[in-house]
Amino acid sequence: MEKTTELRLSGTGGQGLILAGIILAEAAIIDGFNTVQTQSYGPEARGGASKAEVLISSGEIDYPKVTTPDVVLAMSQEACDKYGRNLHQDAVLLVDSTFVTDPPPAVAKIYHLPLTRIAREQLGKEMVANVVALGALVGMTGVVSRDALLQALLARVPKGTEALNQRAMTLGWEAAQAERQRIIA
Amino acid sequence: MSQLVNMARLMQGNEAVAEGALAAGIRFFAGYPITPSTEVAEILAERLPEVGGKFIQMEDEIASMAAIIGASLAGVKSLTATSGPGFSLKQENLGYATMAEVPCVVVNVQRSGPSTGIPTAPAQGDVMQARWGTHGDHPAIALCPASVAECFDLTVRAVNFAEKYRTPVILLMDEVIGHMRERVVLPPADQVMVVDRKKPAVGPDRYYAYRPDEDGVPPMANFGEGYRYHVTGLVHDEAGNPSTNPKIAEQLIYRLHNKIDSRLDEIVAVEEMETADAEVVVVAYGGVARSARRAVKEARQAGLPVGLIRPITIWPFPEQAIHQLADRAKRFVVAEMNLGQLRGEVERVVKGRAMVTGVNRVDGELVTPAEILAAIKEVG
Repeated sequence: MEKTTELRLSGTGGQGLILAGIILAEAAIIDGFNTVQTQSYGPEARGGASKAEVLISSGEIDYPKVTTPDVVLAMSQEACDKYGRNLHQDAVLLVDSTFVTDPPPAVAKIYHLPLTRIAREQLGKEMVANVVALGALVGMTGVVSRDALLQALLARVPKGTEALNQRAMTLGWEAAQAERQRIIA
Repeated sequence: MSQLVNMARLMQGNEAVAEGALAAGIRFFAGYPITPSTEVAEILAERLPEVGGKFIQMEDEIASMAAIIGASLAGVKSLTATSGPGFSLKQENLGYATMAEVPCVVVNVQRSGPSTGIPTAPAQGDVMQARWGTHGDHPAIALCPASVAECFDLTVRAVNFAEKYRTPVILLMDEVIGHMRERVVLPPADQVMVVDRKKPAVGPDRYYAYRPDEDGVPPMANFGEGYRYHVTGLVHDEAGNPSTNPKIAEQLIYRLHNKIDSRLDEIVAVEEMETADAEVVVVAYGGVARSARRAVKEARQAGLPVGLIRPITIWPFPEQAIHQLADRAKRFVVAEMNLGQLRGEVERVVKGRAMVTGVNRVDGELVTPAEILAAIKEVG
């Protein structure tokens, strides 16, 4: 069985995590991978816990859900408490420090980035925090190529918002690079 | 079909059902949207008018089922989509479609039940309802996809079976498969095999609506084209008129069954994996089959003689395939998101020749590969 990369994007309903999962999966197809995306959410349109999962592999994907996550995005404290613990040694955890004030201890690769604050303060649109997160996540992990992510992103977002979304992705990417430098140094 | 469909793309199971319906020639949808099947209605509401079809949101599921029967009698291929609570409401008219021999397809994306259960959580609790939900002795065809690509293929197959055998066909999905997105490459429209119902070869004056050809299926005239006949859920003669004649009743009920039972090799499909030397055979369908496939691969890597049989056609139940495996296997492990609805069928066919155990979940979560693997090893 080929190695499958397992990603879990978690937070609150309305943050756009399922759309982020779809864009990530579409980027994986552009890069020539096989992929499966699933989700779980409550009955609410906004609020409540929300989770999208993406599996990326060069082989067949049988079980469509995450078993042992390689990458976790947590955009709420609740999501971080639920999914940010007991990760394997090489797993990457990205937390939105706008909401996650109490990150779990003893995670080897944890990135704190103010994803929602970046969206709100630098772009004036909190709703693109999911795209900032995607840029950061791909910047940290290289799970898909930056070109594929951009192509998938622009194919999904509403007309007229392409520049805003591209900027959001770039800001996320750059924030991840800076954080990586800081961690290495 | 748009060019986009012909290349690798990310697609949701429910979306593939809608695409399959369009490719098979469905031009009428009536429904009452319900999670987790809503996307089928949503997409067809947009797409059907583009291809000259009609979409109606009805006042409830009973009326939705009635509307697709009416549309089909008028000659338009028809489909509806629902989930457990709606499937319950459709049962009366589903039986009517069986008795009146009206081709139509009912998609049931199963969710946690009983009653309204957990709308967004998967289950497979409607397996027996798909078989016996409507009353009386009747045949049933139900197909059960385990991937997004198969959602497309089996929707086409369901429509084709409905048309060919003049019977309602159930596409029995679950929330896992309905809502899952995965990479698919759909066939181009001209490579999709489409079956249309038989038309009468005689004029209206010599037409008997329920006089079967040699294959047991009567040719079907479109309402509105000069053929006038009576359609009823009552036992009826060849003209469609009600009858209480025991001989007519017996012939009709046997014919309804025989037109399906005589073609099991055409209708019943299974996927077998590593069953040739398997001592333990896992039986799984729909979303759970994905977990089972992984569990079987892991078991094989650990050197265990384990195989998988996946009913693609769940009704009629693939008796022959299970029957043959039961001669060799020591044990069957039936994994499903209910409390053993298909396990009972496996036990019925195995007749004590092998042990039959279950892996069951009714908490709204998909059975995991680890749970199936544990059951395999217990068996070991």
